[in-house]
Formats: sequence, structure tokens, C-alpha cells
Amino acid sequence: MGEKLPQVQGDPQLRRDTLSRPVRTLRAKMVLLGSSGVGKSSLALRFCKDEFRNTSPTVGCAYLTQVMHLSDVTLRFEIWDTAGEEKYHSVTPLYYRGAHAALLVYDVSKRDTFIRAQVWLRELEKQYVAGSTVLWLVGNKGDLAQHRQVSVQEGQSLANDRGLLFTETSALSGDQVDKLLLAVAHRVYECVGAQQGGLSEWQETPHVDLRRRNHLFASCCKVGP
Amino acid sequence: MDGEAQRATASWGNGTLAPGDHLRSDRAESPTPGLVEGTEPGAGQKSAMFVHAQSFEDLTAEAEEEVRREADINNPGDSEEELNVLVGEKEPHLTSESKSKEEDVSSEAWRSHRKHVFVLSEAGKPIYTRYGTEEALSSTMGVMMALVSVVESEKNTIRSIHADGCKVIFLTKSPLVLVGVSRTSQSDKELLRELQYIYYQIVSLLTLTQLNHIFQHKQNYDLRRLLAGSEYLTDNLLHRLDRDPGLLLSAVTCLPLASSARDTVSSSLQAAKSKNLVFSILLAGDRLVTLLRKKDQFLHHIDLHLVFNLVGSSSSFREGEGWTPICLPKFNTAGFFHAHISYLEPASQLCLILVSTDREDFFNMSECKQRFLERLSRRTAYQALKDALKSPTYSVEHVGIPELRHFLYKSKSSGLYTSPEFPDVYISDSEQERLMGLYQELHSSLHHPTRPLRFFYRCGERENLLAWVTSGFELYLCFSPLGTKALAVAAVTKLLKWIRKEEDRLFILSPLTY
Repeated sequence: MGEKLPQVQGDPQLRRDTLSRPVRTLRAKMVLLGSSGVGKSSLALRFCKDEFRNTSPTVGCAYLTQVMHLSDVTLRFEIWDTAGEEKYHSVTPLYYRGAHAALLVYDVSKRDTFIRAQVWLRELEKQYVAGSTVLWLVGNKGDLAQHRQVSVQEGQSLANDRGLLFTETSALSGDQVDKLLLAVAHRVYECVGAQQGGLSEWQETPHVDLRRRNHLFASCCKVGP
Repeated sequence: MDGEAQRATASWGNGTLAPGDHLRSDRAESPTPGLVEGTEPGAGQKSAMFVHAQSFEDLTAEAEEEVRREADINNPGDSEEELNVLVGEKEPHLTSESKSKEEDVSSEAWRSHRKHVFVLSEAGKPIYTRYGTEEALSSTMGVMMALVSVVESEKNTIRSIHADGCKVIFLTKSPLVLVGVSRTSQSDKELLRELQYIYYQIVSLLTLTQLNHIFQHKQNYDLRRLLAGSEYLTDNLLHRLDRDPGLLLSAVTCLPLASSARDTVSSSLQAAKSKNLVFSILLAGDRLVTLLRKKDQFLHHIDLHLVFNLVGSSSSFREGEGWTPICLPKFNTAGFFHAHISYLEPASQLCLILVSTDREDFFNMSECKQRFLERLSRRTAYQALKDALKSPTYSVEHVGIPELRHFLYKSKSSGLYTSPEFPDVYISDSEQERLMGLYQELHSSLHHPTRPLRFFYRCGERENLLAWVTSGFELYLCFSPLGTKALAVAAVTKLLKWIRKEEDRLFILSPLTY
């Protein structure tokens, strides 16, 4: 669902190489955490479809996938876009447990969401196994510069202190979003993928082959009345 | 997979899943006024899909019984009427309609809404208001709680206040208190039923166990914290209560679809089962395509309406696969189910809801969906289903009764109803709401707590109405004002014949289980 055709970054030489020989596809679990209304779903939508839409609050959790092609491996991100509302907090551990990447999202125009991101960080750190999860602090809504309440320096210094990576994005304009996903992919592959059994291989099952299904469907239409 | 398909075909052959020929010929006979439950047009062949879907009495009975029981214990001599506390001029005149959270609660516009709903905690803390903000209403809600408490201290229960064309209805569902203020002509019982819906909406998000737990530990807890971001669900449910005949009739309507296509869809869904899967529901907008359930487990129509409301109110399921805890309060108020909610195709109206008991079942449910889609898309029924989506409703002209403008028909035993689209005369929102208001009045009369009517004909300036309830069905008809009573009565028989003829398409006659 929502998977794009191969989208290879880098020089054309490298692209030809990756397409000509079989590339392993590895599964990577990513979770988006943060207060409600900071733009987690909008980021997820940018990651997967490069679109922006006003969305209603996420109910429970939304699951999306996106395939990233790196030079010598393909990562299939399984993105868990969690609801920020308090009533769903009891189920959130389900989603960050075993995640290879956790994005802690806050809204640069709302200080309380920055504080909330730190609460999430403390919760994650309780479960954190060094080297198993890439933690990334994301200051979203960079387009709201005139209402900024959290400076870039503050975000950066929190990240430095706690050993996180940091990016400011705008899901509205799409600024830095692609770069973020690519950087996360590289980082996950470097940190987690290198370990023995860090990332499992993804096997495509016949059930989810959309192209094949459409083909079959098209042929059954033809014979129909 | 092939084995399952064979089994499905085999069971069709022996008639256990689909109606056999002899049954069909029985059902084709013209209906008579003495129709009994289970043989009316639209009645299921095997068993109902819903828990006790007969009428809305089962919804209000519980609350009424509670009140009565308490009253009996406390004041053995009191009659029902005396429990209504009557107060003089209490609420001002209400007329027009507008919707804004920001509005000034001291303004005339705020006061003039047709129907207000307030939810507060037993400590008097505001939880929800339909119009305006909760903060601005803390003193008003304080007064409401004071009224409840004063009557309670007399070992009694406040049920309603009738004043100046306005009704104030109280529903105490510890730890919550719900108050409705209405200028409509609906009965207390109907208004109470709407408050119950709101109560169940809140429980479906949190479970009653969690609600009780919270308020036991902290009496003055601000529940808005937990409900934050979900107010729109309650807003939408209230809107539906004004507009959706399904909520009025305690019934669900189906997408008109040839029974062969529906059976194929159902059996494809039946094949995509999983250990913890309890209900599979396929919706097309607000219409049911099919519903599968675990054997011996029934879904209550209220729970189904709450699911409809959740799916219809939220765009978040469009972007991926949704996975959310959901309490189905009529099934069990204590715990959460976990629902996998997704659309079959990105721009499709078809939404599949798979309800599991296990919160770690996401990938199983996701696979069930893929299996279902895989199986269905190999069948021509999928195209038939997609074609049916293009005409989700039908015109009343198909019935062939010139004076008939609109109708609601509910089969009591299946808990399903059918209704044509609104004709041009009722094309505007306000006219549709007016017609729904008239149906609500008829419904109130047919379900009056002490003097229920069975048959009701009413002539008006703008339309004539007829309502009829038997043990098998409920029927509400709207005629042009030029028609006569004799014509209306004759139309009933004709309409019932038409529904019988079309029942394969309009209803789910052979619901399946896993």
C-alpha cells in the first residue's frame, strides 16, 4: 500500500548497479511519538505519499509502509503513526517496543509539546537497549517561524545532551522531510542493520502483490457481462 | 483455500447458508396485516445479526427500571408522575440553529439552539457541551448538579423538568451525569435514549472500568483530558441522532445489492477468519454490505452505530491501516476490543472493520484483510459490489405509488431497515430535518411508555403521515397532502408487496458466522 516505484537517490552509476543485482529488503520498524496535533500523521503522509492534507486526529494508531532504496540494501519501513491523545497512551508501548527508529515529534510553535517530547524520551530510555533503536528528535511546523516558541538551539542542545539526532521539518511545505527519512534509513542501516539479527529480511507474500491482483481482476472483467 | 471454497459451495447447495427454494416460495406470498415476527419482509432466514433488535425499548428499559427501582425502594408510595419535578419558567425560548464551539454562552443565539446536551461528572465538573465551551458553563453545570443532588438528598431521583415548551432531561449514569435540554416535541423517553447514546459513546472510548477507576481515585478529575481530540465524535453522533433514521429505529440499513453478490462477499469474508476475530464488518459509507460474527456472539445495533460514527467521522483511516482499542459497550463495558479499520482501496467507500480480542493481533488482521481482498477480487461479485456503490439508494418512484413521497420500513427480527432517498420536496437540509422530526414524533407515539399506539394517521398541511407497528415490522410513510386515508391504507399493502419482492436486494437475508 502506498509504495512508490524504486526511488533511488545518488548518482546514476550507483542506480544502475542497484537495479541490476538483487538487493536484500529488510524490515525496519519506525514509530512516531509526540503530543496530539504536532503533525505526526502529516509527517507519515509526507514519508509515504509526499502529500499534505488536513487530517482528523488519529484514532489509536495508523500503520503505513514505505520502501527506501539505499545503495546496497532496501529498507521497508513499517511506520506506526501513534495517536498523541492521552487516552491512547496505555497502548503506545505496543508500538515502540522493538522499534528500530523512534521519531519524537514536537511542534516548534508550542513549548508544551517540546516538554511532552522529553517525557516520551524518558519513557523510551527506560526500555532503551543501546544500539537497537535510533532516536530522533523532530521539531515540526518549521513553517510557523513567526510563532516559534522553541528555538533551533534548544532542540539541538537537548539532542546533544541526550545523544539523539535532531532535525527541524515542515510537513506542510515538505521541507527537510525527504532528507529526514533518508537520514533515518541510513542511520538505521548503519546502527542496527550491521548487527547480527538486527533487521529481519522481508518476504513478499503472494497476498500483497497488488499488481498481480489487478491483472487478474482486469481479466475477469473482460469475461464478465 | 480451495477446500474452504468447496465447503462454502457445498453448504450453499444444502441450503444452510442461503435460503432454500421452499423457503423462498413461502416468503413470496403477499404479506398480510397479521404478519408475525420472523416472517415479515426483510426478516433473516436463519438468525438475526444483532442482539435483540426488536425496538428501542431495550435501550431505555434499563435506565427506567433503575430509576423505578430506586424510587420504589426510597418512596414506595410514589407514582411515576410525581417523580417529574415541575418547575415554572426555567429555560428561555429556543428557535434557530447554528454551530460553533466559540459562541458566547450568555447570548440569545446560544440559548436558542433546539437541543443542548451537557455531560458532567458527579462532582459537577463539566465534561462536554454541544454548544459553547465547557469552561464558560461551569456554573450552569454546577446548578444542574445541584438540582440532581437536592432531589437525591430527598431520597428521590430527578428525571425531567418541563417548562415553557422546553424539556430538561436528566440521566444519571454514575460516575457521569448527562443533561439534555430540548425544544423539540420528542418524548422524555426519546430524549433519554439520545443521552444514553452519548453515554455509550464516552464509554466506547474509555470503558466503564476505566471511568469508575478514575473517579474513585480522584473525584474532581477533569475528564476532558482523556476525551481531548474526540469531542468531534460526540458532535457527529448528536448530528446523526437528528438526521439518521437508523438511530431512531434502532436498526441499520444495507447497501442495495443482488443477493448472489452479497453472498459471495460474505463467504469471502467468512473464509478470511482468524482465531481472535469476533466481528468482520464491511461498510459502504453508512450502509452495511455484510457482517460476519463469531458463532454465539452478537453485535448490538448501538455498538454498530458507534462503529459507524467512528469510521464516518474520521479521515485518519484513509491514510493507512488503522488499529485502535474500542469498547463495544453493549457487548461489554469492561474491556477493549481491538479494531483493524481500513478501506479496501485508497479512494473506495468500502471500509472493512475487523474486530479482534487481542491487542497484538494487528498483523493477523492485516493478513485477514489481504486474504479477503485477494479472494474477492477474483470474483465477479467485486465488480457487482462496485457498481452497486454507484447507486447506494433508490427512488421512491420504483415502488409505483404516486402519492407516496418517502417511507421507513424496519424489519424487527433482522434489525434492518430500508428507506428511499429523499424526494425533491425534501431536498434541503432543513426540510429533511423537519421530516425526520415528524418521524420522531410518530415514533414517540408508537412507543409511548404508557399509551403506545399501533396505528397512526395524521393529516398535515404539507404532508400526510401514516405509522404502523406490528409484531413483525415498523412502518412510517409520508404522503402528499392531497392523498386520502383510504389511499394511504391501500398503499401500505402495495408497499409491503414491493418490499417483499425486493427484499433479496435490500436486506441481508442470510447472515453468516465464522
